Amino acid sequence: MQPFWREAFGNAASLHHFGREAAAALDEAHAILGCAIGARAGEVVFTGCGSEADNLALRGVAFAMRHAGRRGPGHIITTPIEHHAVEATACQLRDLFGFDLTLLPVDGCGRVDPDDVRRAIRADTVIVSVMLANNEVGTLQPISEIGAICREHGIPFHSDAVQAPAYLPLDVNALNVDLLALSSHKFYGPKGVGVLYLREGTPYIPPITGGGHERGRRPGTVNVAGAVGSAAAMRYVARQREAQSARLAALRDRLIAGVLDRVPDARLTGHPTERLPHLASFVFKDVDGESLLMALDVEGFAVSTGSACTSGNPEPSPVLLAMGIPPAWALGSLRISLGYDTRAEDIEALLEVLPRCVERVRRSALAFSHG
Amino acid sequence: MAKTRVVVAMSGGVDSSVAAALLVQQGYEVIGIMLRLWADEAGSGAAMHVNRCCTPEAVADARAIARLLGIPFYDIHAEGVFKQRVVDPWVAAYADATTPNPCFNCNRSVRFGFLLQKALALGADYLATGHYARVVRKADGRFSLLRGKDAHKDQSYVLHVLGQRELARAMFPVGDYTKEEVRAMARAFGLPTAERAESQDLCFLTQGDYRDFLVRHAPAVARPGPILDTRGQVIGQHAGLPFYTIGQRKGLHLTTRSANAEPLYVIRLDRANNALVVGSAEELGTPAARVRAMHYVSGEAPADPLRCTAKIRYKAREATGWLHPAPDGGATFVFDDRQRDVTPGQGLVCYTGDEVIGGGVITPDY
Repeated sequence: MQPFWREAFGNAASLHHFGREAAAALDEAHAILGCAIGARAGEVVFTGCGSEADNLALRGVAFAMRHAGRRGPGHIITTPIEHHAVEATACQLRDLFGFDLTLLPVDGCGRVDPDDVRRAIRADTVIVSVMLANNEVGTLQPISEIGAICREHGIPFHSDAVQAPAYLPLDVNALNVDLLALSSHKFYGPKGVGVLYLREGTPYIPPITGGGHERGRRPGTVNVAGAVGSAAAMRYVARQREAQSARLAALRDRLIAGVLDRVPDARLTGHPTERLPHLASFVFKDVDGESLLMALDVEGFAVSTGSACTSGNPEPSPVLLAMGIPPAWALGSLRISLGYDTRAEDIEALLEVLPRCVERVRRSALAFSHG
Repeated sequence: MAKTRVVVAMSGGVDSSVAAALLVQQGYEVIGIMLRLWADEAGSGAAMHVNRCCTPEAVADARAIARLLGIPFYDIHAEGVFKQRVVDPWVAAYADATTPNPCFNCNRSVRFGFLLQKALALGADYLATGHYARVVRKADGRFSLLRGKDAHKDQSYVLHVLGQRELARAMFPVGDYTKEEVRAMARAFGLPTAERAESQDLCFLTQGDYRDFLVRHAPAVARPGPILDTRGQVIGQHAGLPFYTIGQRKGLHLTTRSANAEPLYVIRLDRANNALVVGSAEELGTPAARVRAMHYVSGEAPADPLRCTAKIRYKAREATGWLHPAPDGGATFVFDDRQRDVTPGQGLVCYTGDEVIGGGVITPDY
């Protein structure tokens, strides 16, 4: 990646020799990314981030299907547990652009039943979008089965797979997806680079218009260094993935067992086994998730919470509510992501600190109920 | 031994920044927190509407200072709490024909409520702010709230709402210094906010004054009505009681007044009749002020009437007199000399010497 900041500074869209050098590097990045997910180089579109990839997928396909006619204003199917990039886009397409929107039910583990997809599909359905692995609770979806159903009905199928590449092998053909969104920094690549897989032949009108970059599907100068870095990162995780996933799954299970054992009123969220190998997620009854996050940060652990405290009146995560978790529990959600560098000692250290932090947050809420 | 952990409420301004720097220098483990507070969503939808205390620049300043001091920094959302605990009651108080001070509820429910709870959850022993006030522990173990050393900057008035529980956890590191000393320390610490201007207005107003705010957010509170003199004669029309405050002379637009008559001042907001009552400077004075719920910093009301001083507004000159606690939890302060501009909704805060005895909101029904 480094040379493309200085020595090979060309714009890949330029004809001169600087540009050629950049274009060659970009070609290679497309090929590496494509190869890693079972796609052809030409089906890989570099974007500015994962959110942009999701946006291009939903908007590009929904409007193309509408434009192709026959289906009226169009109907979109997705889930209540999507990342904001899909959720907010689908809602905007509904609210401002007249698409009908169906949110599929999920079970207590956050899983979609493929039969519900079959039932939800209508003659005017323009796209189905189901995330591959949930970012808050780590639950994996039966993407391949859902994809098969969509294909039967000739409906484009998109999956937000941002959480997956570092831990799960991805093959767009095995998954039966027509579109797939990735984000480079989630697989140890640079931030600010996303990837959209767009299967050849999928109806698509580019939501961004401009020049012919990325074969016109995402006009705008490509971040060459970022694309090259993403490709290198994808190569790196492809080599590490299997061993790391097995190692991290064992640590994750140790963490889950330890937390449920040591913290009173704690529950695992998401599927117990069909989940990302590196992700443990919990809810704690009567705990303010934001306070817990800060308390752990002060102790040196960077974790996250699903409860978006956007106003000071904490609001439980819609994902957890959709899974049927009561608000008094959902407010105290904690997501712990392990990574390639996480060691067994780190897990033990966290298990030492976490019960104390939960206890303190619970006590502070009792002491000062800012009333 | 583990260091004592202190959360500092940071605003990006010079006072809280120096407070944080002093605590770091004194060897505490310091954590900075900035609260995102609610602000008026005035103007076009695209315009920025952020509370003056937490503009993007202020957040960036606070974060930069935290980085300079090498302390963790969190900016956390408190818009909902602030709206609910500070802005809504403030609007309701105007609807009640009083002139409220929103800082009381903010200090009680947001800073020393919501934020103090966050601090304790973080394992902190103390919450520090950049207020000019002092807290000392007395021989009997109780905590006293004292004026800040800088008489011009003293903010003990708006902190009178604190009690023993809060003061046991409170630190005011700049309270022992004057503003000039604080600015000098900011320069010495190399803090970039040393020269930043002071903010004066209500922090949640983004454009116009409080009247515009009320018109936009609570139009029902402003019904036009008569202006009466003290004999009950109608001598004009008012635009809505919340637009006036006790002692106001300008902007009354009286209709039936001769040019050389003596000046008239607002002396009462008569909510029951939606009337604005005006009178002479003499009629403006009152011999006493009454508080419905008197809060005592010590936690206990004095058994007997107390000889002390009282402030009836943040910047008012102190008046001497007697505080008479009432059995119902209220209190009456009888001034030695009649006081002008005793304004329902403002705080009556009592002192003996530098120590805050307590205070409460002045009621209209004296």
